[in-house]
Amino acid sequence: MVGAPGIRIEALAIRRGGVPILGPLTLTLAATGLTVIMGPNGSGKTSLLRALHGLERLSGGAVHWPDGTGDPNARQALVFQTPILMRRSVADNIAYPLRLDGVPLAEARARAEAMAAEVGLRGAMARPAQVLSGGERQKMALARALIRAPGVLLLDEPCANLDGRSTTDIEVVLHRARARGTRIILATHDIAQARRLADDVVFLHHGQLIEVGAGAAFFAQPLSPEATAYLKGELLP
Amino acid sequence: MPLEPAATGRRRDRGMGRAAMNEILQGLAQAAQLLAGLDADLIEITLLSLRVSVTATLVSALIALPLGAWLAVSRFRARRVVIVVLNALMGLPPVVVGLVVYVIFSRAGPLGVLGLLFTPTAMVIAQVIIVAPIIASIAHQTIRDLWADYHDLLISLNATRAQRIKALLWDGRRALITAALAGFGRAIGEVGAIMVVGGNIDHATRALTTAIALETGKGDFGMALALGFILIALAVAVNLAVHLLSRTERSSRW
Repeated sequence: MVGAPGIRIEALAIRRGGVPILGPLTLTLAATGLTVIMGPNGSGKTSLLRALHGLERLSGGAVHWPDGTGDPNARQALVFQTPILMRRSVADNIAYPLRLDGVPLAEARARAEAMAAEVGLRGAMARPAQVLSGGERQKMALARALIRAPGVLLLDEPCANLDGRSTTDIEVVLHRARARGTRIILATHDIAQARRLADDVVFLHHGQLIEVGAGAAFFAQPLSPEATAYLKGELLP
Repeated sequence: MPLEPAATGRRRDRGMGRAAMNEILQGLAQAAQLLAGLDADLIEITLLSLRVSVTATLVSALIALPLGAWLAVSRFRARRVVIVVLNALMGLPPVVVGLVVYVIFSRAGPLGVLGLLFTPTAMVIAQVIIVAPIIASIAHQTIRDLWADYHDLLISLNATRAQRIKALLWDGRRALITAALAGFGRAIGEVGAIMVVGGNIDHATRALTTAIALETGKGDFGMALALGFILIALAVAVNLAVHLLSRTERSSRW
């Protein structure tokens, strides 16, 4: 659709075994910036990210990316909530997407080295991925996602269970990627992190869209009673 | 009166027990001599056994590893049937496999013209039928578990089917080699099938296991025990290799 440079989500719905998991959702997101998907556990954040990435079978609706055509995940990368560790060294994990693209081993390793330095993993390159700490695993997954320079970066709770230092490291990398023009969509239930990062916010509850809007306005004055309660730290029914 | 025969019987048992014991001790001594002297027959039999079972294991791995990988990542209608058949084949009695191969390659059989019966090639074919399902089944389980881990990542990265299978085979290589070693262990210790299709012919198709059966029957415990020790040593070597592999798995050295 020419002249509408946003990400259009139209009546997107996911049902599993007759149970509605998500939607139907209809909304349009800006073509640039960093969107935070918020909501309590089970609100459908992960399902929405996976649907955007083309990993979920949709029961209805569609997602239209600004590029219009092409494979939905060709220029996208998704960082899973639990990082998927290939049984290889950290270097080979990060280089793997380049190897899939046919980049020669030496060049792929050199670029992986540079990317590892950017996320603060330089010393760990020769270690097997399985021995990394939680924070290092997330950083490795982030480096692997960024190495193809994706146009869209989707992240599912990238800082769950991480300490402050690791969270800061990851947020620095995200800020840098956004500055380079990468479209970032991030799911979190860490309200403080959402406040630090969000250009705009999508608030979900029970698989339904409750609120969508600019981050500053959302945190200053949420429109819905659910979001108001959630931001106060109250438990939602 | 009724006590007498029983008492003498017991005495005779004890006498026979002592004789058998002596025979076994003599056998052990003779076995040690044969092993220490690198007896020519012993070496010939061992080499033939290794040649047949290593070839059978390699051929089986070539068939079974891609089959296992394909079963793990593909979804097709008959997949469950193939897996059930594979698991059933794992339990095939080797002597029945020998019988079937014998019938196929016997002079009147469908492949009789090839003249393969009573050759090492026939022994390899029989062992492949026994070993390939074992390797395929273990490979299938290994790769299925790895695929469950990798699925979302490889789909997310847009890996092609060939790229997916390559990644699974490479990252599962230690478990797959362990599967092949398990297959080799089965092959080297197998007796029924190679006895039937090989015929245990001296200097032609006599393997460790069939020679042990023959020598034991003849009462030549020395040769039988010497062959047995080699077989046990091979089994221990295979287990050691599996153990060392699993250690490199944990430390991820290669």
